[in-house]
Amino acid sequence: MTCAIETDPSEDVSAKKPLRLQVVDLHKRYGDHEVLKGISLTARQGDVISILGSSGSGKSTFLRCLNLLEHPSQGEIHLSGEQLRLKPNRHQELEAADRKQLEGFRARMGFVFQNFNLWPHLNLLENLALAPTQVLRLSKAEARDRAAALLKRVGLSGKEKAYPLQLSGGQQQRVAIARTLAMEPEVLLFDEPTSALDPELVNEVLGVMRSLAEEGRTMLIVTHEMRFARDVSSEVIFLHQGKVEEQASPEAFFTQPNSTRLREFLSSHR
Amino acid sequence: MDLHGFGPLLLAGTWITLKLAFVSLIFGLLIGLLVALAKRSERLWLRAPATAYTTLMRGLPELLLVLIIYFGITELLLRLFDWYVEISAFTAGVAALSIAFGAYAAEVFRGAMQELPKGQVEAAQALGLSPWAIFYLVMLPQLWRLALPGLGNLFLVLLKDTALVSVIGLNDLMRQAYVAAGFTKLPFTFYLAAAAIYLLLTIVFMQLLRWMEQRANRGYAEGRH
Repeated sequence: MTCAIETDPSEDVSAKKPLRLQVVDLHKRYGDHEVLKGISLTARQGDVISILGSSGSGKSTFLRCLNLLEHPSQGEIHLSGEQLRLKPNRHQELEAADRKQLEGFRARMGFVFQNFNLWPHLNLLENLALAPTQVLRLSKAEARDRAAALLKRVGLSGKEKAYPLQLSGGQQQRVAIARTLAMEPEVLLFDEPTSALDPELVNEVLGVMRSLAEEGRTMLIVTHEMRFARDVSSEVIFLHQGKVEEQASPEAFFTQPNSTRLREFLSSHR
Repeated sequence: MDLHGFGPLLLAGTWITLKLAFVSLIFGLLIGLLVALAKRSERLWLRAPATAYTTLMRGLPELLLVLIIYFGITELLLRLFDWYVEISAFTAGVAALSIAFGAYAAEVFRGAMQELPKGQVEAAQALGLSPWAIFYLVMLPQLWRLALPGLGNLFLVLLKDTALVSVIGLNDLMRQAYVAAGFTKLPFTFYLAAAAIYLLLTIVFMQLLRWMEQRANRGYAEGRH
């Protein structure tokens, strides 16, 4: 098969790049219902991995388990070679064994939400400067400089004093991306970043994400934007009923899908 | 209006009333916030007493609470431990009013906590903020805005409930008006004067609250939440 020939040499190249995120056999159960049935994934520096799947496939849950916004039932999470220490709680879920380590992990793993979740009581500069001053202990001046530079980078300079609810959805999501970038994270996680946007606002957000991919950021993107996933990804994963149903290069994924489920999914999302 | 030289006395009473209201407000807000957090806790040993507290305290007349604390506690300590502890009228008043205010404020805070979208806290968690920083920098300022109208209302009620403390002899505005009315045999004059002062205070605080609400709503677009 052609895809084997294509992936072989790229494996050699990628093997030299440092490991960023490793997930091993991640499970998530709600009572008797198993939402994630053992998902493993490896992202090296610069990898852009898109995760597709119909609603209920567990793709958002998977992403939220990686920084413990949701508690996995089983599995391992490694960030740049460091394993997140987990311990079972009384709900038979895994929680952080060491709160400080978890906070460090979260600071190094940016997360972009579907609903932006900017803080409405703070202006844009304050939204961006809060975590760097609190978590990274940057001085106010440093954090403000960094915030202003990032607002400029996402095309919102001059809006430093504006408040989130005065912005359009697309602008808010760009600010939210800037807010995670202000922490200089090693990995960026995007949870359906354009799903809450009006169609005409989607592209401005995808544009920012595309530029991040081009500068070699390591990204995991849960999305419904097929064309975008095809254009920017180094790898595409299809989740179905809590399992990895297909995992391939974007070319192979979209042109020669192996699984019937993926073929059905692709044909219904054209 | 001729106050027959009782003007300064009424003013002194007004000062006591304000002190009583503000000290009770501070303790009441603290109690309310802590109890609201306890009520939302996953731990039953925190949740159960908090619920018992708000149920009980909202079920008792505040006058009864004032009397229980001022006379009842003294008697209880004397009987149980043979301690004679004299509680000042001001302390008893603050205790009773804060306990009652706290119970109502807890419900206001709890409502505000429910209204705060979960994503607000998640965003802070995802950036690695500590629980204390999340509470202090992300939750509290937003709770304040959501709770302010309800708390303001409770404060206006509190301001007038301070009059209850006059029954245990605290020289607040209510009691000074009562004393002056008795001494001069001019009840209408002095109760009217007291009424005017209560009303004036209420109007001032209503304006202040309006200004605070506007300030808290900074950044929230008109018509949007």
